[in-house]
Amino acid sequence: MLRLERRKEASRSMLYATPFLAVLLTMAAGIVLFALIGKDPLRAISIIFFQPLTSVYGVTELLVKATPLVLIAVGLSLGFRAGIWNIGAEGQYTMGALAGGAVALAFYDQPGLWLLPLMCVAGAAGGAAWAAIPAFLKTRFNANEILVSLMLTYVAGLILSVMVFGPLRDPEGLSFPESRLFHDSARLPVLISGTRAHVGILVALVAVLLTAFVLARHRFGLVIRVLGAAPAAARFAGFSETATVWTCLLVSGALSGLAGLFEASGTLGQLVPALPVGYGFTAIIVAFLGRLHPVGILAAGLLLGLTYIGGEGAQIAMSLPSAVTSVFQGMLLFFLLAMDVLVNYRIRLGSRPAAAIAAEAE
Amino acid sequence: MAGQPILEIDSISKAFPGVLANDRVSFSVGAGEIHALLGENGAGKSTLVKIIYGVNHADSGSMRFLGRPYRPERPSEARSTGVGMVFQHFSLFDALTVAENVALGLEDGQPGTGLDQRIVEVARSYGLPLDPSRRIGTLSVGERQRVEIVRCLLQRPRLIIMDEPTSVLTPQEAGMLFATLRRIREEGCSILYISHKLEEIRALCERATVLRGGRVVASTDPRKETAKSLAEMMIGSALKAPARHETLTGASRLELNGLTLPSSHPFGVDLADISLEVRAGEIVGLAGVAGNGQDELMEALIGERRVAVPRAIVVDGVPIGHQGPSARRARGMAFVPEERLGHAAVPDMALTDNTILSAAERMRLIRGGLIDRTAAARFAGEIVSAFGVKTAGIEHQARSLSGGNLQKFVVGREVLQDPGVLIAAQPTWGVDAGAAAAIHQSLIDLAAKGAAILVISQDLDELMTICDRIAVIAGGRVSPARPTAKVSVEEIGLAMGGQSGAGVASGAGHA
Repeated sequence: MLRLERRKEASRSMLYATPFLAVLLTMAAGIVLFALIGKDPLRAISIIFFQPLTSVYGVTELLVKATPLVLIAVGLSLGFRAGIWNIGAEGQYTMGALAGGAVALAFYDQPGLWLLPLMCVAGAAGGAAWAAIPAFLKTRFNANEILVSLMLTYVAGLILSVMVFGPLRDPEGLSFPESRLFHDSARLPVLISGTRAHVGILVALVAVLLTAFVLARHRFGLVIRVLGAAPAAARFAGFSETATVWTCLLVSGALSGLAGLFEASGTLGQLVPALPVGYGFTAIIVAFLGRLHPVGILAAGLLLGLTYIGGEGAQIAMSLPSAVTSVFQGMLLFFLLAMDVLVNYRIRLGSRPAAAIAAEAE
Repeated sequence: MAGQPILEIDSISKAFPGVLANDRVSFSVGAGEIHALLGENGAGKSTLVKIIYGVNHADSGSMRFLGRPYRPERPSEARSTGVGMVFQHFSLFDALTVAENVALGLEDGQPGTGLDQRIVEVARSYGLPLDPSRRIGTLSVGERQRVEIVRCLLQRPRLIIMDEPTSVLTPQEAGMLFATLRRIREEGCSILYISHKLEEIRALCERATVLRGGRVVASTDPRKETAKSLAEMMIGSALKAPARHETLTGASRLELNGLTLPSSHPFGVDLADISLEVRAGEIVGLAGVAGNGQDELMEALIGERRVAVPRAIVVDGVPIGHQGPSARRARGMAFVPEERLGHAAVPDMALTDNTILSAAERMRLIRGGLIDRTAAARFAGEIVSAFGVKTAGIEHQARSLSGGNLQKFVVGREVLQDPGVLIAAQPTWGVDAGAAAAIHQSLIDLAAKGAAILVISQDLDELMTICDRIAVIAGGRVSPARPTAKVSVEEIGLAMGGQSGAGVASGAGHA
């Protein structure tokens, strides 16, 4: 019989090894899955995980997909470390895109270098404002931030629809529910001409480095770790839970809003009802796959970006169902969480499982 | 009194990863005998008892119960054979009545009129007054223990195992328990009694088996030993009692002035008009049974909950009731909370990072918002060497340390900050005698340097050993502190039971 034995200390090597194990297991499960539905499994895996890396187009698209994932996930990881569960990044992303996009449309006829920075500020503020609602309700009434932030996501989607059907609709757009295309000075500069790789990629990198520094050196990094691991110890140390809840939600909201604005201004160039495509939810997987560490999140964001691009490739090349992307993302999270048990437990072959469990329980 | 052995243990061994918990342990418990099982934390007492009660299983060796081979697979098998156990932590449901709780614990139990009658009979015959229809939530700790004992007795056991039964009782309640235990013995039932309170073992038990490092190191008649000689058998070396310095009390450093604070929890205790003063160079003890407001008082003293009236807590003449923990530490306060894992220290963080929790201000481990890890590591190293903390290194997680070593680390972290006012709750709880002596000595030395120290503890022996004055907390109220030399354990015990003030005066007569 297999049994689990608690480790005296969390295993550091397992902490870093389990994400890779999860990726390998996801691939293995994918192979079984494809074989069962009668598709060539090795070809499918190769199209999803390797093909996109062989062209400039594939790589730049990968970066474009990974940018919002990394930006959002870095922000979420701060709260997740502290046990503050912002599940509504998707809504904050939408509201950031809407706020920043509205600024772009408001100054449509006044192009200038100041416009983009103003849009970024508006985008971050929009996301932060949307995250402020769960922060206020949690600190004031102890309302569960998971439910509040999640439900606000759907409200945000509806607000976006109302706006692009109404006030922000393109006056010359034949009643299509879309805004007009942003003016050139409201578009994010492109890094490599001929691709969609925009400067948002660099901003995401800066966010990663900045967060890594804060976590390693700044008091705030310690505060969120302590609050997440032992709330009573945080009170003992004099760390304010209220301030931490506000900071984590506002920072992750602002980064999500910024990611939304980059998507509107950099990738799409207009506001459309279909702007929220689930980056805010996928970023949760990215955050955990990256072990809530900025550098890990960078790698995980690229991997999840790959499943988007590769999934599309597999749909086209092998006529696989479009659900293949979500299935892979779901399996990744599933295997990662399952593997996590190895960080705190080791597997033993035991002859008396009942006795061991009783001993653990005492 | 001891006749044919009830339980014979022959060469029992049990290993856990990295530690041999029981190493060829042999002894026997006679019929109608109260047999003490003595040993420090980690000596292997709990493991051995769990093997007898069927929770753990021995790797080798054998047991005989009433002459027959005995190897219980699970506790229910032990119970049906005639072995009962009263645990240190009760397993009772607050919202259910006494009878319902007892019924839940019985193998064949159905609540009903018959059971109520049996409970009353058993309770009365052993001198344990108990009303079967009362809800557990309304009972005192001592009464809850009676429920556990009655539940155990209803199974008509031949051997009862009791794990530290007096640790939650006042001295008077403990006296009542002893009378009950003697009556149980007269009925022919044997008792295996685990405790590290040596005086009570000398008063109650006729044989003692001493464990150290998993082995039986002595078997003796405790009535013929002294507490000191028993302690030395347990630790295996001569016991060094903490050396007191001449107490020179100076200016008042900590004052509580009518501290009143309603509890934040539904089942908590409200602090009512607490006044207390601790002067420089003085150690004041606050005795009390757990759950009488100690946790709430600690919260208010640390500043985890702030007090609306700043003057309620005054440190060195400055009102600080409204301030948070960091501001109080900057004023020279330091705190040792009762719960070391999860409150005083973060289990999953390295010792280095754990120093920052409480030493950031006074040791300047955070400057300009940035953590100085070099300084933190230096301070952690200092604590480890000054307090003899056994650890593989300061980069290891707090949870990898044994309870006693982590406690030394936590106390060391606070004492080495050289605070002006130190407040310590249960500073030696679950710590072996050697470590406890070292912790006591460090508190005494700190006081000698002019600090004011308040020790909140349920361990009366501890308070009597190190404190200059002792006050009692009961029901959220604190009695006036009195010089240790002028109070008796009986008086304190009565006050702990809630008879403060008037009770102290007539205490000697009652005891």
